Amino acid sequence: MTINQISIFLENKYGKLSEILSLLGKEHIRIIAATIADTSEFGIMRIIVSDPQKAYAILKENNVSANLTDVLAVVTGSSADDFAETLAHFTKAGLSIEYMYCFAVNGKAILIIRTNNREAAREVIRRQNIEYICESDLIQL
Amino acid sequence: MYWQQDIETLSRDRLEKLQLERLKATLDLAYNSPFYKKTMDENGISSDSIHSLDDLKKIPFTTKNDLREHYPYGMAAVPIKQCVRLHSSSGTTGNPTVVLHSQKDLDEWANQVARCMYMVGIRDTDVFQNTSGYGMFTGGLGFQYGAEKLGALTVPAAAGNTKRQIKFIRDFETTCLHIIPSYATRLAEVMYEEGVDPRKNTKLKIICIGAEPHSEEQRKRIEQLLGVKAYNCFGMSEMNGPGVAFECTEQNGLHIWEDYVIVEIIDPVTLKPVKDGELGELVLTTINREAMPLLRYRTRDLTRILPGNCPCGRTHKRIARFQGRSDDMIILKGVNLFPIQIETILMQFKELGSNYLITLETVGNSDEMLIEVELSDLFTDDYSVLQGLTKEIIRQLRDELLLTPRLKLVARGSLPVQEGKAIRVKDLRKII
Repeated sequence: MTINQISIFLENKYGKLSEILSLLGKEHIRIIAATIADTSEFGIMRIIVSDPQKAYAILKENNVSANLTDVLAVVTGSSADDFAETLAHFTKAGLSIEYMYCFAVNGKAILIIRTNNREAAREVIRRQNIEYICESDLIQL
Repeated sequence: MYWQQDIETLSRDRLEKLQLERLKATLDLAYNSPFYKKTMDENGISSDSIHSLDDLKKIPFTTKNDLREHYPYGMAAVPIKQCVRLHSSSGTTGNPTVVLHSQKDLDEWANQVARCMYMVGIRDTDVFQNTSGYGMFTGGLGFQYGAEKLGALTVPAAAGNTKRQIKFIRDFETTCLHIIPSYATRLAEVMYEEGVDPRKNTKLKIICIGAEPHSEEQRKRIEQLLGVKAYNCFGMSEMNGPGVAFECTEQNGLHIWEDYVIVEIIDPVTLKPVKDGELGELVLTTINREAMPLLRYRTRDLTRILPGNCPCGRTHKRIARFQGRSDDMIILKGVNLFPIQIETILMQFKELGSNYLITLETVGNSDEMLIEVELSDLFTDDYSVLQGLTKEIIRQLRDELLLTPRLKLVARGSLPVQEGKAIRVKDLRKII
Protein backbone atom coordinates (compact mmCIF):
# COMPACT_ATOMS: atom_id res chain seq x y z
CA MET A 1 0.00 0.00 0.00
CA THR A 2 3.01 2.27 0.56
CA ILE A 3 6.06 2.76 -1.60
CA ASN A 4 9.55 3.94 -0.73
CA GLN A 5 10.39 7.45 -1.67
CA ILE A 6 14.01 8.59 -1.61
CA SER A 7 14.79 11.96 -0.11
CA ILE A 8 18.12 13.50 -0.94
CA PHE A 9 19.70 16.40 0.89
CA LEU A 10 20.88 18.98 -1.62
CA GLU A 11 23.05 21.96 -1.04
CA ASN A 12 22.48 24.95 -3.23
CA LYS A 13 25.56 24.21 -5.21
CA TYR A 14 26.00 24.39 -8.96
CA GLY A 15 25.99 21.00 -10.66
CA LYS A 16 25.12 19.03 -7.52
CA LEU A 17 21.76 17.81 -8.79
CA SER A 18 23.00 16.46 -12.11
CA GLU A 19 25.94 14.84 -10.37
CA ILE A 20 23.59 12.86 -8.14
CA LEU A 21 21.15 11.99 -10.91
CA SER A 22 23.91 10.65 -13.14
CA LEU A 23 24.93 8.24 -10.35
CA LEU A 24 21.47 6.69 -10.66
CA GLY A 25 21.40 6.95 -14.45
CA LYS A 26 24.59 4.93 -14.75
CA GLU A 27 22.91 2.06 -12.95
CA HIS A 28 19.77 2.27 -15.11
CA ILE A 29 17.52 3.54 -12.37
CA ARG A 30 14.50 5.28 -13.88
CA ILE A 31 12.99 8.30 -12.24
CA ILE A 32 9.22 8.10 -12.20
CA ALA A 33 8.53 11.31 -10.32
CA ALA A 34 10.61 14.02 -8.70
CA THR A 35 10.01 17.13 -6.72
CA ILE A 36 12.35 19.64 -5.16
CA ALA A 37 11.51 22.26 -2.64
CA ASP A 38 14.15 24.51 -1.23
CA THR A 39 14.92 26.97 1.48
CA SER A 40 17.57 29.59 0.94
CA GLU A 41 20.32 27.32 2.23
CA PHE A 42 19.42 23.78 1.20
CA GLY A 43 16.88 21.68 -0.59
CA ILE A 44 15.41 18.23 -0.34
CA MET A 45 14.75 16.35 -3.54
CA ARG A 46 12.11 13.66 -3.27
CA ILE A 47 12.05 11.01 -5.97
CA ILE A 48 10.09 7.91 -6.85
CA VAL A 49 12.27 5.51 -8.80
CA SER A 50 11.96 2.17 -10.52
CA ASP A 51 14.01 0.36 -7.88
CA PRO A 52 14.14 2.28 -4.59
CA GLN A 53 16.27 -0.21 -2.62
CA LYS A 54 18.93 -0.36 -5.31
CA ALA A 55 18.88 3.42 -5.79
CA TYR A 56 19.25 3.95 -2.04
CA ALA A 57 22.21 1.56 -1.90
CA ILE A 58 23.91 3.40 -4.78
CA LEU A 59 23.47 6.75 -3.04
CA LYS A 60 24.85 5.40 0.25
CA GLU A 61 27.82 3.90 -1.52
CA ASN A 62 28.57 7.31 -2.99
CA ASN A 63 28.25 9.01 0.36
CA VAL A 64 25.14 11.01 -0.63
CA SER A 65 23.00 12.12 2.31
CA ALA A 66 19.74 10.30 1.58
CA ASN A 67 16.82 8.79 3.41
CA LEU A 68 14.07 6.27 2.58
CA THR A 69 10.54 7.27 3.57
CA ASP A 70 7.40 5.32 2.94
CA VAL A 71 4.64 7.32 1.27
CA LEU A 72 1.19 6.46 -0.07
CA ALA A 73 0.70 6.25 -3.81
CA VAL A 74 -2.96 6.39 -4.68
CA VAL A 75 -4.51 6.32 -8.11
CA THR A 76 -7.15 8.82 -9.10
CA GLY A 77 -8.67 10.37 -12.21
CA SER A 78 -6.95 13.44 -13.55
CA SER A 79 -9.78 15.94 -13.10
CA ALA A 80 -9.76 18.39 -10.22
CA ASP A 81 -12.93 16.82 -8.89
CA ASP A 82 -11.29 13.42 -8.70
CA PHE A 83 -8.40 14.95 -6.78
CA ALA A 84 -10.71 16.72 -4.40
CA GLU A 85 -12.76 13.62 -3.76
CA THR A 86 -9.72 11.50 -2.97
CA LEU A 87 -8.24 14.06 -0.61
CA ALA A 88 -11.57 14.58 1.10
CA HIS A 89 -11.46 10.96 2.32
CA PHE A 90 -8.31 11.76 4.27
CA THR A 91 -9.41 15.10 5.63
CA LYS A 92 -12.72 13.63 6.78
CA ALA A 93 -10.75 11.07 8.77
CA GLY A 94 -8.99 13.99 10.52
CA LEU A 95 -5.66 13.54 8.73
CA SER A 96 -3.57 16.38 7.45
CA ILE A 97 -1.36 16.21 4.40
CA GLU A 98 2.30 17.05 5.08
CA TYR A 99 3.16 17.10 1.42
CA MET A 100 1.83 15.82 -1.84
CA TYR A 101 2.85 15.66 -5.49
CA CYS A 102 1.54 13.77 -8.44
CA PHE A 103 2.42 12.34 -11.81
CA ALA A 104 0.30 10.90 -14.61
CA VAL A 105 0.43 7.49 -16.22
CA ASN A 106 -1.96 6.44 -18.99
CA GLY A 107 -4.50 9.13 -18.24
CA LYS A 108 -4.54 8.26 -14.55
CA ALA A 109 -3.04 10.49 -11.91
CA ILE A 110 -0.95 8.97 -9.16
CA LEU A 111 -0.86 11.00 -5.99
CA ILE A 112 2.11 10.66 -3.69
CA ILE A 113 0.90 11.60 -0.25
CA ARG A 114 2.57 11.86 3.10
CA THR A 115 0.11 12.33 5.97
CA ASN A 116 0.69 12.97 9.62
CA ASN A 117 -0.57 9.48 10.55
CA ARG A 118 0.47 6.57 8.40
CA GLU A 119 -1.68 3.91 10.04
CA ALA A 120 -4.86 5.98 9.89
CA ALA A 121 -4.15 6.80 6.24
CA ARG A 122 -3.87 3.10 5.39
CA GLU A 123 -7.15 2.51 7.14
CA VAL A 124 -8.83 5.19 5.00
CA ILE A 125 -7.55 3.54 1.82
CA ARG A 126 -8.85 0.14 2.90
CA ARG A 127 -12.23 1.42 4.03
CA GLN A 128 -12.84 3.63 1.02
CA ASN A 129 -11.43 1.03 -1.35
CA ILE A 130 -9.15 3.60 -2.96
CA GLU A 131 -6.97 2.28 -5.76
CA TYR A 132 -3.25 2.35 -4.92
CA ILE A 133 0.04 1.10 -6.25
CA CYS A 134 2.71 -0.75 -4.34
CA GLU A 135 6.46 -1.05 -4.69
CA SER A 136 6.36 -4.04 -7.06
CA ASP A 137 4.26 -1.99 -9.51
CA LEU A 138 6.96 0.68 -9.88
CA ILE A 139 9.23 -1.32 -12.10
CA GLN A 140 6.49 -1.51 -14.76
CA LEU A 141 5.67 2.22 -14.75
CA MET B 1 52.98 3.22 36.25
CA TYR B 2 55.86 5.73 36.17
CA TRP B 3 58.72 5.96 33.70
CA GLN B 4 60.83 7.92 36.20
CA GLN B 5 59.04 7.73 39.52
CA ASP B 6 61.59 9.86 41.42
CA ILE B 7 61.31 12.82 39.04
CA GLU B 8 57.61 12.49 38.23
CA THR B 9 56.58 12.47 41.89
CA LEU B 10 59.29 14.77 43.26
CA SER B 11 57.97 17.01 46.03
CA ARG B 12 57.21 20.59 44.97
CA ASP B 13 60.00 21.95 47.17
CA ARG B 14 62.60 19.73 45.61
CA LEU B 15 61.20 20.23 42.11
CA GLU B 16 61.45 24.01 42.49
CA LYS B 17 64.96 23.72 43.91
CA LEU B 18 65.91 21.65 40.85
CA GLN B 19 64.31 24.27 38.59
CA LEU B 20 66.33 27.07 40.20
CA GLU B 21 69.59 25.16 39.76
CA ARG B 22 68.78 24.36 36.16
CA LEU B 23 67.64 27.92 35.44
CA LYS B 24 70.96 29.31 36.63
CA ALA B 25 72.88 26.78 34.53
CA THR B 26 70.67 27.66 31.55
CA LEU B 27 71.45 31.37 31.95
CA ASP B 28 75.17 30.62 31.89
CA LEU B 29 74.69 28.63 28.72
CA ALA B 30 72.37 31.14 27.08
CA TYR B 31 75.00 33.84 27.52
CA ASN B 32 77.02 32.06 24.81
CA SER B 33 74.40 32.93 22.19
CA PRO B 34 74.71 36.31 20.46
CA PHE B 35 71.04 37.05 21.08
CA TYR B 36 70.97 36.31 24.82
CA LYS B 37 74.39 37.87 25.45
CA LYS B 38 72.96 41.15 24.20
CA THR B 39 69.67 40.86 26.12
CA MET B 40 71.37 39.81 29.35
CA ASP B 41 74.01 42.53 29.14
CA GLU B 42 71.41 45.20 28.39
CA ASN B 43 69.26 44.14 31.35
CA GLY B 44 72.12 43.41 33.72
CA ILE B 45 71.15 39.79 34.14
CA SER B 46 73.42 36.89 34.92
CA SER B 47 73.00 33.62 36.78
CA ASP B 48 74.25 35.46 39.88
CA SER B 49 71.28 37.85 39.81
CA ILE B 50 68.80 34.96 40.07
CA HIS B 51 68.18 34.00 43.71
CA SER B 52 64.71 32.50 43.45
CA LEU B 53 62.31 31.39 40.74
CA ASP B 54 60.54 34.70 41.26
CA ASP B 55 63.59 36.46 39.82
CA LEU B 56 62.68 34.91 36.46
CA LYS B 57 60.48 37.97 35.97
CA LYS B 58 63.59 40.13 35.55
CA ILE B 59 64.30 38.40 32.24
CA PRO B 60 62.61 39.86 29.14
CA PHE B 61 60.31 37.67 27.06
CA THR B 62 61.54 35.92 23.94
CA THR B 63 59.16 35.92 20.97
CA LYS B 64 58.83 34.02 17.74
CA ASN B 65 59.95 37.19 16.03
CA ASP B 66 63.27 37.07 17.92
CA LEU B 67 63.82 33.60 16.48
CA ARG B 68 63.01 34.84 12.98
CA GLU B 69 65.34 37.80 13.26
CA HIS B 70 68.18 35.56 14.38
CA TYR B 71 67.61 33.04 11.64
CA PRO B 72 69.28 30.63 11.21
CA TYR B 73 71.97 30.26 13.92
CA GLY B 74 71.81 33.45 15.97
CA MET B 75 70.23 31.72 18.96
CA ALA B 76 72.78 28.90 19.20
CA ALA B 77 74.41 28.62 22.62
CA VAL B 78 76.92 25.95 21.61
CA PRO B 79 79.22 25.76 18.57
CA ILE B 80 77.33 24.50 15.53
CA LYS B 81 79.80 21.61 15.43
CA GLN B 82 78.17 20.32 18.60
CA CYS B 83 74.68 20.37 17.05
CA VAL B 84 73.40 17.22 15.37
CA ARG B 85 69.97 18.20 14.12
CA LEU B 86 67.81 21.18 13.38
CA HIS B 87 64.09 21.50 12.92
CA SER B 88 62.65 24.44 11.06
CA SER B 89 59.16 25.82 10.55
CA SER B 90 57.85 26.30 7.04
CA GLY B 91 58.23 30.06 7.29
CA THR B 92 55.14 30.87 5.26
CA THR B 93 54.81 34.21 7.05
CA GLY B 94 58.41 35.39 7.07
CA ASN B 95 61.73 33.83 7.99
CA PRO B 96 61.35 30.31 9.30
CA THR B 97 62.16 29.58 12.94
CA VAL B 98 65.00 27.16 13.51
CA VAL B 99 65.59 25.04 16.59
CA LEU B 100 68.99 23.40 17.05
CA HIS B 101 69.65 20.22 19.01
CA SER B 102 72.79 18.64 20.40
CA GLN B 103 72.96 14.87 20.89
CA LYS B 104 72.25 15.40 24.60
CA ASP B 105 69.18 17.49 23.70
CA LEU B 106 67.86 14.72 21.45
CA ASP B 107 68.42 12.11 24.17
CA GLU B 108 66.59 14.25 26.72
CA TRP B 109 63.76 14.87 24.27
CA ALA B 110 63.37 11.14 23.54
CA ASN B 111 63.22 10.54 27.30
CA GLN B 112 60.55 13.23 27.66
CA VAL B 113 58.38 11.63 24.96
CA ALA B 114 58.96 8.11 26.36
CA ARG B 115 57.86 9.37 29.76
CA CYS B 116 54.62 10.71 28.25
CA MET B 117 53.90 7.53 26.33
CA TYR B 118 54.59 5.33 29.35
CA MET B 119 52.26 7.52 31.39
CA VAL B 120 49.29 6.69 29.14
CA GLY B 121 50.02 2.98 29.25
CA ILE B 122 52.19 2.37 26.20
CA ARG B 123 54.78 -0.37 26.84
CA ASP B 124 57.61 -2.14 25.03
CA THR B 125 55.11 -4.84 24.02
CA ASP B 126 53.07 -2.37 21.97
CA VAL B 127 53.07 -1.66 18.25
CA PHE B 128 53.13 2.09 17.77
CA GLN B 129 52.20 3.61 14.41
CA ASN B 130 53.06 7.25 13.84
CA THR B 131 50.88 9.03 11.28
CA SER B 132 52.75 12.34 11.57
CA GLY B 133 54.75 13.71 8.71
CA TYR B 134 58.45 13.02 9.24
CA GLY B 135 61.07 15.50 8.16
CA MET B 136 60.91 18.99 9.58
CA PHE B 137 57.62 18.45 11.42
CA THR B 138 58.65 17.43 14.94
CA GLY B 139 55.67 15.11 15.45
CA GLY B 140 57.41 12.57 13.23
CA LEU B 141 60.93 12.18 14.59
CA GLY B 142 59.93 13.35 18.07
CA PHE B 143 57.55 10.44 18.60
CA GLN B 144 59.82 8.07 16.69
CA TYR B 145 62.77 8.46 19.06
CA GLY B 146 60.50 8.52 22.11
CA ALA B 147 58.76 5.29 21.11
CA GLU B 148 62.10 3.61 20.36
CA LYS B 149 63.49 4.72 23.71
CA LEU B 150 60.41 3.17 25.33
CA GLY B 151 61.06 0.00 23.38
CA ALA B 152 57.79 -0.22 21.45
CA LEU B 153 57.80 -1.67 17.95
CA THR B 154 57.50 1.43 15.80
CA VAL B 155 55.72 1.75 12.45
CA PRO B 156 56.87 5.06 10.95
CA ALA B 157 53.93 5.20 8.52
CA ALA B 158 54.10 9.01 8.18
CA ALA B 159 51.16 11.12 7.01
CA GLY B 160 48.42 10.48 4.48
CA ASN B 161 47.40 7.49 2.37
CA THR B 162 44.55 6.41 4.57
CA LYS B 163 44.03 3.00 2.96
CA ARG B 164 47.67 2.11 3.55
CA GLN B 165 47.42 3.29 7.17
CA ILE B 166 44.48 0.92 7.65
CA LYS B 167 46.38 -1.95 6.05
CA PHE B 168 49.33 -1.35 8.41
CA ILE B 169 47.04 -1.15 11.42
CA ARG B 170 45.55 -4.51 10.53
CA ASP B 171 48.63 -6.35 9.23
CA PHE B 172 51.04 -5.19 11.95
CA GLU B 173 48.38 -5.38 14.67
CA THR B 174 49.05 -1.79 15.66
CA THR B 175 47.93 -1.07 19.23
CA CYS B 176 48.82 2.64 19.53
CA LEU B 177 48.68 5.58 17.19
CA HIS B 178 49.91 9.13 17.15
CA ILE B 179 47.45 11.07 15.03
CA ILE B 180 45.99 14.53 14.76
CA PRO B 181 42.35 14.62 15.88
CA SER B 182 40.76 15.68 12.59
CA TYR B 183 42.59 12.85 10.85
CA ALA B 184 41.57 10.36 13.55
CA THR B 185 37.92 11.01 12.69
CA ARG B 186 38.68 10.74 9.00
CA LEU B 187 40.56 7.47 9.49
CA ALA B 188 37.64 6.02 11.45
CA GLU B 189 35.18 7.09 8.75
CA VAL B 190 37.21 5.45 6.01
CA MET B 191 37.51 2.26 8.09
CA TYR B 192 33.75 2.04 8.45
CA GLU B 193 33.26 2.79 4.75
CA GLU B 194 35.61 -0.08 3.95
CA GLY B 195 33.68 -2.40 6.24
CA VAL B 196 36.39 -2.44 8.94
CA ASP B 197 35.04 -2.00 12.45
CA PRO B 198 38.07 -0.66 14.34
CA ARG B 199 36.60 -1.87 17.62
CA LYS B 200 36.44 -5.46 16.43
CA ASN B 201 38.80 -5.80 13.50
CA THR B 202 41.86 -3.99 14.89
CA LYS B 203 43.97 -4.15 18.06
CA LEU B 204 43.96 -0.37 18.56
CA LYS B 205 43.69 0.64 22.23
CA ILE B 206 45.60 3.87 22.89
CA ILE B 207 46.01 6.91 20.69
CA CYS B 208 47.90 10.14 21.26
CA ILE B 209 46.17 13.12 19.72
CA GLY B 210 47.58 16.60 19.49
CA ALA B 211 48.83 19.42 17.27
CA GLU B 212 45.29 20.77 16.81
CA PRO B 213 43.02 22.25 19.43
CA HIS B 214 40.06 19.96 19.89
CA SER B 215 37.14 19.78 22.24
CA GLU B 216 36.31 17.14 24.83
CA GLU B 217 33.33 16.17 22.66
CA GLN B 218 35.62 15.47 19.71
CA ARG B 219 37.87 13.34 21.90
CA LYS B 220 34.89 11.30 23.08
CA ARG B 221 33.69 10.86 19.54
CA ILE B 222 37.12 9.63 18.45
CA GLU B 223 37.27 7.24 21.40
CA GLN B 224 33.87 5.81 20.51
CA LEU B 225 34.53 5.54 16.80
CA LEU B 226 37.88 3.79 17.19
CA GLY B 227 37.20 1.99 20.48
CA VAL B 228 40.33 3.45 22.12
CA LYS B 229 41.47 5.75 24.89
CA ALA B 230 42.66 9.02 23.38
CA TYR B 231 45.19 11.19 25.19
CA ASN B 232 45.90 14.79 24.49
CA CYS B 233 49.50 15.71 23.83
CA PHE B 234 51.05 19.12 23.54
CA GLY B 235 54.25 20.17 21.98
CA MET B 236 55.75 22.84 19.81
CA SER B 237 58.91 22.84 17.75
CA GLU B 238 60.40 25.74 19.74
CA MET B 239 60.15 23.53 22.84
CA ASN B 240 61.62 20.49 20.98
CA GLY B 241 58.26 19.22 19.77
CA PRO B 242 55.87 16.65 21.23
CA GLY B 243 56.27 15.72 24.88
CA VAL B 244 56.18 19.14 26.54
CA ALA B 245 52.90 18.27 28.25
CA PHE B 246 50.71 15.18 28.13
CA GLU B 247 47.58 13.88 29.74
CA CYS B 248 47.81 11.07 32.25
CA THR B 249 45.14 8.37 32.43
CA GLU B 250 42.95 10.70 34.50
CA GLN B 251 42.31 12.61 31.23
CA ASN B 252 41.98 15.78 33.23
CA GLY B 253 44.64 18.26 32.20
CA LEU B 254 48.12 17.79 30.76
CA HIS B 255 51.13 17.36 33.04
CA ILE B 256 53.80 19.76 31.93
CA TRP B 257 57.25 18.44 32.74
CA GLU B 258 58.72 21.00 35.07
CA ASP B 259 62.18 19.42 35.13
CA TYR B 260 62.31 20.46 31.45
CA VAL B 261 60.54 23.82 31.49
CA ILE B 262 59.44 26.56 33.86
CA VAL B 263 55.79 27.45 33.31
CA GLU B 264 54.21 30.89 33.46
CA ILE B 265 50.75 32.02 32.33
CA ILE B 266 50.46 35.70 31.39
CA ASP B 267 47.82 38.07 30.15
CA PRO B 268 48.74 38.45 26.45
CA VAL B 269 47.84 42.14 26.51
CA THR B 270 49.29 43.43 29.82
CA LEU B 271 52.02 40.72 29.91
CA LYS B 272 51.44 40.40 33.66
CA PRO B 273 51.02 36.97 35.24
CA VAL B 274 47.38 35.92 35.61
CA LYS B 275 46.00 34.46 38.84
CA ASP B 276 46.34 30.71 39.20
CA GLY B 277 43.55 28.98 37.29
CA GLU B 278 42.90 31.89 34.92
CA LEU B 279 43.19 31.67 31.16
CA GLY B 280 46.24 33.27 29.60
CA GLU B 281 49.19 32.77 27.31
CA LEU B 282 51.62 30.00 28.13
CA VAL B 283 55.21 31.21 28.60
CA LEU B 284 57.97 28.61 28.86
CA THR B 285 61.62 28.68 29.83
CA THR B 286 63.71 25.66 28.84
CA ILE B 287 65.92 24.41 31.67
CA ASN B 288 67.09 21.13 30.22
CA ARG B 289 68.42 22.07 26.80
CA GLU B 290 71.91 23.11 25.79
CA ALA B 291 72.09 23.88 22.07
CA MET B 292 69.37 26.50 22.08
CA PRO B 293 67.92 27.55 25.42
CA LEU B 294 64.86 29.79 25.28
CA LEU B 295 64.06 32.14 28.15
CA ARG B 296 60.47 33.12 28.84
CA TYR B 297 59.33 32.14 25.38
CA ARG B 298 55.84 33.38 24.49
CA THR B 299 54.17 30.31 22.98
CA ARG B 300 50.97 32.14 21.86
CA ASP B 301 49.04 29.12 23.15
CA LEU B 302 46.22 29.91 25.53
CA THR B 303 45.62 27.73 28.53
CA ARG B 304 45.35 27.81 32.30
CA ILE B 305 46.90 25.95 35.22
CA LEU B 306 44.53 23.45 36.79
CA PRO B 307 44.59 23.91 40.57
CA GLY B 308 44.94 20.98 42.96
CA ASN B 309 46.83 17.72 42.97
CA CYS B 310 46.36 15.01 40.38
CA PRO B 311 45.20 11.63 41.72
CA CYS B 312 47.88 9.97 39.57
CA GLY B 313 50.50 11.11 42.07
CA ARG B 314 52.58 13.19 39.68
CA THR B 315 53.57 16.53 41.14
CA HIS B 316 54.16 18.36 37.87
CA LYS B 317 51.55 21.03 37.21
CA ARG B 318 48.65 20.36 34.89
CA ILE B 319 47.56 22.73 32.16
CA ALA B 320 44.08 22.71 30.69
CA ARG B 321 43.27 21.59 27.18
CA PHE B 322 44.32 24.32 24.79
CA GLN B 323 41.78 27.00 24.06
CA GLY B 324 43.48 27.88 20.80
CA ARG B 325 46.33 30.22 20.06
CA SER B 326 46.31 33.87 20.85
CA ASP B 327 46.96 34.13 17.08
CA ASP B 328 43.81 32.09 16.29
CA MET B 329 41.56 34.39 18.22
CA ILE B 330 38.83 35.73 15.98
CA ILE B 331 37.72 39.27 16.64
CA LEU B 332 34.30 39.77 15.09
CA LYS B 333 32.21 42.86 15.79
CA GLY B 334 34.45 43.54 18.77
CA VAL B 335 33.83 40.10 20.28
CA ASN B 336 36.82 37.85 20.99
CA LEU B 337 36.20 34.20 20.27
CA PHE B 338 37.99 30.97 19.50
CA PRO B 339 37.11 28.27 16.95
CA ILE B 340 37.19 25.66 19.73
CA GLN B 341 34.14 27.29 21.33
CA ILE B 342 32.19 26.72 18.12
CA GLU B 343 33.45 23.17 17.76
CA THR B 344 32.41 22.31 21.31
CA ILE B 345 28.82 23.26 20.51
CA LEU B 346 28.68 21.58 17.10
CA MET B 347 30.02 18.29 18.48
CA GLN B 348 27.13 18.08 20.92
CA PHE B 349 24.69 17.47 18.07
CA LYS B 350 24.63 13.83 16.99
CA GLU B 351 22.93 14.90 13.75
CA LEU B 352 26.15 16.66 12.72
CA GLY B 353 29.40 15.21 11.39
CA SER B 354 32.88 16.29 12.51
CA ASN B 355 33.79 18.48 9.58
CA TYR B 356 33.01 22.18 9.69
CA LEU B 357 34.28 25.43 8.25
CA ILE B 358 34.01 28.95 9.64
CA THR B 359 34.03 31.76 7.09
CA LEU B 360 34.30 35.40 8.07
CA GLU B 361 33.00 37.69 5.37
CA THR B 362 31.94 41.22 4.78
CA VAL B 363 28.28 41.57 3.84
CA GLY B 364 27.44 45.16 3.00
CA ASN B 365 29.05 47.19 5.74
CA SER B 366 29.08 44.52 8.32
CA ASP B 367 31.25 41.53 9.14
CA GLU B 368 29.45 38.24 9.42
CA MET B 369 30.30 34.71 10.41
CA LEU B 370 29.11 31.78 8.33
CA ILE B 371 29.47 28.30 9.77
CA GLU B 372 29.09 25.39 7.40
CA VAL B 373 28.76 22.01 9.03
CA GLU B 374 28.21 18.58 7.54
CA LEU B 375 25.18 16.52 8.45
CA SER B 376 26.21 13.11 9.71
CA ASP B 377 23.47 11.70 7.48
CA LEU B 378 20.03 12.69 6.27
CA PHE B 379 17.98 11.47 9.19
CA THR B 380 14.70 13.04 8.13
CA ASP B 381 12.95 14.18 5.01
CA ASP B 382 11.09 16.84 6.89
CA TYR B 383 12.08 20.48 6.35
CA SER B 384 10.76 21.61 9.64
CA VAL B 385 13.08 19.21 11.47
CA LEU B 386 16.13 20.51 9.59
CA GLN B 387 15.05 24.10 10.13
CA GLY B 388 14.40 23.42 13.80
CA LEU B 389 17.87 21.88 14.10
CA THR B 390 19.43 24.92 12.42
CA LYS B 391 17.62 27.24 14.82
CA GLU B 392 18.67 25.26 17.87
CA ILE B 393 22.35 25.21 16.84
CA ILE B 394 22.27 28.95 16.18
CA ARG B 395 20.62 29.57 19.53
CA GLN B 396 23.33 27.66 21.38
CA LEU B 397 26.09 29.35 19.40
CA ARG B 398 24.62 32.74 20.15
CA ASP B 399 24.52 31.99 23.87
CA GLU B 400 28.18 30.98 23.79
CA LEU B 401 29.58 33.57 21.38
CA LEU B 402 27.29 36.50 22.14
CA LEU B 403 26.77 37.09 18.43
CA THR B 404 24.56 35.37 15.89
CA PRO B 405 26.31 33.44 13.15
CA ARG B 406 24.71 32.17 9.95
CA LEU B 407 24.58 28.43 9.84
CA LYS B 408 24.48 26.27 6.78
CA LEU B 409 23.93 22.54 6.93
CA VAL B 410 25.80 20.83 4.13
CA ALA B 411 25.83 17.27 2.84
CA ARG B 412 28.27 14.77 4.22
CA GLY B 413 31.58 14.79 2.38
CA SER B 414 31.05 18.20 0.82
CA LEU B 415 33.58 20.19 2.86
CA PRO B 416 37.22 19.76 1.91
CA VAL B 417 38.81 16.86 3.75
CA GLN B 418 42.18 17.65 5.22
CA GLU B 419 44.78 15.11 6.07
CA GLY B 420 47.12 17.68 7.58
CA LYS B 421 46.21 20.24 10.21
CA ALA B 422 42.61 21.11 9.50
CA ILE B 423 41.93 24.65 8.36
CA ARG B 424 38.76 25.63 10.16
CA VAL B 425 38.66 29.38 9.60
CA LYS B 426 38.63 31.31 6.35
CA ASP B 427 38.82 35.06 6.75
CA LEU B 428 37.48 36.82 3.65
CA ARG B 429 36.70 40.10 5.38
CA LYS B 430 37.46 43.29 3.58
CA ILE B 431 38.88 46.20 5.44
CA ILE B 432 36.38 48.98 5.07
